[in-house]
Amino acid sequence: MKKVVVPLGPYHPLFEEPEYFELYCDGETVVDIEWKAGYNHRGIEKLSESKHWDQVTFLVERICGICSTSHPIAYCNAVEDLLKIDIPERAKYIRSIIGELERLHSHLLWVGLAGHFLGYNTVFMWAWKYREPILDIMEMITGNRNHYAMMKIGGVRRDIDNGDIDIIKKILGELKPKLEMLTGSVIDDPVLAARLKGVGVLTAQDIKDYGAVGPIARASGVDIDVRRDSPHAAYDLVEWKVITCQDGDVFSKAVVRLLECFESIKIIEQCLERLKKVKGEIAIEIREIPPGEGIGHYEAPRGECFHYVRSDGSSRPVRHKIRAPSYVNIPTFKTSCVGETIADVTIILAGVDPCYCCTERAITVYDANTRKKLFNGRDLITLSQEKTKKLKKRLGIKDE
Amino acid sequence: MGTLEKIKERFGNKIKKIFMHNEKRAYIEIDKNHLLDFTEFIFSLPGVRFVTASGVDNLDNMEIIYHFSFDPEDLMVSIKTFIDRNNPEIESISNIIKGAQNIEREMYELLGIKFKNHPKLTRFLIDELPEGVYPLRKNAERQVEQ
Repeated sequence: MKKVVVPLGPYHPLFEEPEYFELYCDGETVVDIEWKAGYNHRGIEKLSESKHWDQVTFLVERICGICSTSHPIAYCNAVEDLLKIDIPERAKYIRSIIGELERLHSHLLWVGLAGHFLGYNTVFMWAWKYREPILDIMEMITGNRNHYAMMKIGGVRRDIDNGDIDIIKKILGELKPKLEMLTGSVIDDPVLAARLKGVGVLTAQDIKDYGAVGPIARASGVDIDVRRDSPHAAYDLVEWKVITCQDGDVFSKAVVRLLECFESIKIIEQCLERLKKVKGEIAIEIREIPPGEGIGHYEAPRGECFHYVRSDGSSRPVRHKIRAPSYVNIPTFKTSCVGETIADVTIILAGVDPCYCCTERAITVYDANTRKKLFNGRDLITLSQEKTKKLKKRLGIKDE
Repeated sequence: MGTLEKIKERFGNKIKKIFMHNEKRAYIEIDKNHLLDFTEFIFSLPGVRFVTASGVDNLDNMEIIYHFSFDPEDLMVSIKTFIDRNNPEIESISNIIKGAQNIEREMYELLGIKFKNHPKLTRFLIDELPEGVYPLRKNAERQVEQ
């Protein structure tokens, strides 16, 4: 049988940044996958060396539009590690609140998109509708729906008004039953189970080999979470638990993300309650950064963000190394996609939760020998949706 | 026995310097010839996770820092090696840790460090740069102007 190369990208709504995948297919089955990155390479590590320590916080916020507070938290953790300082208690709670609100909206965004790729547009509509009030809370607290600019070395830049706390709690309270309904509708759905269980499986050994992190690791039974393992912000001051699943398939990844939303709400509610009582400063003043090295990490919605900074005592970092979670999660495709069908690859790639800052769609399937176009991006999503429809028919479930 | 004790017991005087920034951050300096032994041993310890590697241009030499996280202990062990800047070459650890392939390719591209026995040492991020220009080196701007 002749092999077909299926290029995915560089611009595709599945990917968090323009990236390029080449799927080598034998008939419907993927036999190998190649990855090429760099389409969105902005040289942020180099840029960081030309910015003041305080400016870098805003620079790293621009790494990702969806998890835009994770990089500043990780960076501030790194500099605070270098300085060996602890931040004020009120700032700790505010950091956790912003971090968890971000996780909530990021996970809901993923659930919606995953629903769309599988032909469950109701899930897509619900998830994105329920995400909206969270962005409203963000706007209320920070003034922005995204890029909150809340973090600062030594604390946070803006306080949360105690008068807003009850309103935020009310919005979250209203969100909870809706989230429960959404979670139930995904976890209990027989078609989704048939479509996602056993697809794109990663074992704990694969996770170790690739160093994968976040919900990808936790869905394979690897119990790691920086928030618990390396306590910072308010994560050791409130009650919550790390969600893990054992199967390592796309279904487990969905379950982990959905259940994490409830933990996030639990963390936010406790932090808000404490904020009412904790008074005092929200940041300590840093006058200079002495020579030295610092490492900071933070559990972003997609996994661990890692920052390493080195100072020579001047006003700028001499080296700033950043490792985003997708950098180690994406290479797992080499294991998870091989042996699967093209229709499933769409959801396996989406299962890693790349974010959606690029909306242009430009994928086309070429015949490897004649270079003749076979399908485009829309056709591939249709292929995935068709598979769900067929499954529904087989299971005797009527289409929506 | 803690992770650090295990490393100290196994390698003893092969460790050039050990520096504890605080109880969660250990920096161990080693000779580049011992890199594979260290990597193999550290990657076999329980609870280990390879995080990433940071390449640094110090102008008089090049430095690579391999970061390993021991999540159950909340410990980050960073293995430091120094290599000659005029002939930056070091063994690849990708054959021990699959997840190190891309970061080594990135360092090859941005800092010009050659990794011996790497399974696929090709450009990964930027295609257009002329050969010999390495953006993360401290004299990169001057190189581009020339």
